[in-house]
Amino acid sequence: MSEQPTRVTVEAIVRADAPVAPEASRLRRSWLVVGLGALAAAFAVSVSLGPAGLPLGGVVTEMVSALPGVDVGEGLSDRHAAILWQMRLPRIVLGALVGGTLALAGAAYQGVFRNPLADPYLLGVAAGAGLGATLAIAYGPDTTSWPVDALPIFAFVGAVLGVALAWGVGHTASSAQSVATLILAGVAIASFLTAIQTYVQQRESETLREVYGWILGRLSTSGWHEVLLVLPYVVVSTIVILLHRRLLDVLSVGDDEAGSLGVRTTLVRLVVIGAATFGTAAVVAVSGLIGFVGIVVPHVVRMVAGSSYRIVLPLSLMLGAAFLVATDLVARTVFSPAELPIGVITAFFGAPFFALVLRTSRRFGL
Amino acid sequence: MRTQHRIATGMAIVLMLVAAACGDDGDDGTVTESGQRPEETTAPADDDGGGTFPVTVSADNGEVTIESRPEAIVSISPTGTEMLFAIGAGDQVVAVDEYSYYPEEAPVTDLSGFQPNVEAIASYEPDLVVLSTDPGDVADGLERIGIPAIHLDSAEDLDDTYRQLELLGVATGNVGSAAEVVSQMQTEIDEIVATIPDDLAERTYFHELDSQLYSVSSDTFIGRVYALLGLRSIGDEAPDDAGNYPQLSEEFVLDADPDFIFLADAQCCDQSPETVAARPGWDTLTAVEEGRVIVVDEDAASRWGPRIVDFLREVADEVLATADAG
Repeated sequence: MSEQPTRVTVEAIVRADAPVAPEASRLRRSWLVVGLGALAAAFAVSVSLGPAGLPLGGVVTEMVSALPGVDVGEGLSDRHAAILWQMRLPRIVLGALVGGTLALAGAAYQGVFRNPLADPYLLGVAAGAGLGATLAIAYGPDTTSWPVDALPIFAFVGAVLGVALAWGVGHTASSAQSVATLILAGVAIASFLTAIQTYVQQRESETLREVYGWILGRLSTSGWHEVLLVLPYVVVSTIVILLHRRLLDVLSVGDDEAGSLGVRTTLVRLVVIGAATFGTAAVVAVSGLIGFVGIVVPHVVRMVAGSSYRIVLPLSLMLGAAFLVATDLVARTVFSPAELPIGVITAFFGAPFFALVLRTSRRFGL
Repeated sequence: MRTQHRIATGMAIVLMLVAAACGDDGDDGTVTESGQRPEETTAPADDDGGGTFPVTVSADNGEVTIESRPEAIVSISPTGTEMLFAIGAGDQVVAVDEYSYYPEEAPVTDLSGFQPNVEAIASYEPDLVVLSTDPGDVADGLERIGIPAIHLDSAEDLDDTYRQLELLGVATGNVGSAAEVVSQMQTEIDEIVATIPDDLAERTYFHELDSQLYSVSSDTFIGRVYALLGLRSIGDEAPDDAGNYPQLSEEFVLDADPDFIFLADAQCCDQSPETVAARPGWDTLTAVEEGRVIVVDEDAASRWGPRIVDFLREVADEVLATADAG
């Protein structure tokens, strides 16, 4: 590692090299508006539609009345109000948190690994969480009297341990091979944890449906409980990743170059992977394994808004949130009143897209 | 735990003369071995109700021929086990799978009914194997080593249950008592159904299989049993694409406001009327307010054996007890 120049120097270099046009700041603002618009639209449609046919006027009245200092009376019966405030809204908010976090973490992983096909589950988050969840379902303590379920805790711990293992096995000091080694370690650890998970699941066959349902992913909430559970992790993880948006741009020119610019690549990698992992582990703990969001959304963002992480990261966050809220609307309504697992829908749209990216990934300047 | 091999010595006792003492007091619907008469030594079973051998039965895996009266049955189907004991074939059973813990005297082993293993089953040297799922051609594998296997899929309605009981009666040489069990079940079910006044019909229920709100449609075995009491599942509103065991959305359950909530996830998943009432928003439900959240025996509710009568009685009693509240 060379001595670290001042932050200003690095920023100057990034500015000079950045693949962002001079009017970048204006561009950024307009994309910000697009992202927020998409999120607002997804929210508005989702709050109005659902398996329980709430009267639209009543929903609007309730929502307006909820604004501080506004009171236009109650728009809904008690039961309908409970559906809106205790079921539909928390689920939408949770969907936004999960989708935003997965997309942001995916974009961050892609930056850290300089690999367009990295996703937040790359290093064993998914396998670790799956093992944790399966253990909780099979052998978990009876937590009916606890304030919090065992499953999210087990899943979270499993996810974090999975990545820590992969890092421990695959982390090398030599920058040349560090990325590939880390990815390989992630693959190995994930296979190992999945083997244990499958063994437990087959052994305790009565847990099969519950485990399977969890793996497919779901946004079922019990009121605002899950939202409050993941919020701190999501907020901290988002802030840390967004603070590293410029450094990820520097990393994208290659480890050696970035190192010669004074960026401590290993440290940046560790911090970003750590933040992305904690965020991902938290949302996976409450929503299961919702696939493809972490890959699809950042790629769409790159295609429309360029590859600078200063745009890709915040826009992935917003579009990921909007995407999952919209997807969950499909999950709630297409077979209404039955649920379709949300992981099925994201994969249904995501898999063909993923294949397309695979075919054309060389076109992207990543 | 492993059971000892119970090697049948001598000819077994033929039970056809003994009325199958189905518990009609609701404790359990099984024949215990008290039905045996030890002093009755035996001629080989002929056609006096014990059945004749060799016999060929038509199971879900095709025609199965059983050469002589089975004396070492292995059942890797919890429902099959309950049926075998109910028709008095319990003393012919040498090993059952890990979930066949009913009735109590069933010789539970660590055999898996979920992933049956031919070698593990064969190690009990059975002369008949009963299974309800066959994910890996177990029946074929057993056939190849000369062990007849009867595959009985889950029943779709009570007639399937009666047919399976009678088939097992033929296959095990307990024809008479199998017929008894069936007619007793039919009688009891008719009596229970008769207690439900017509004006209670057309009530709705939500049958909760687990806390993920998986439920049943009326096209399932259990749905048809509820239908005998005039109850209709709110799961019927789900489109056919969602299958017979749809996962209902929470919003919908609340909006549908079913008359009854039956919890088939009390033992597995620690749900109770209290936990249901504590779910955000669920306290607005009529069934919660009026105490019509009812815990049912999830084994009885998920198997299609003789205990379905007890389940029906349990549900009918609850329906009647809470009828005034509605």
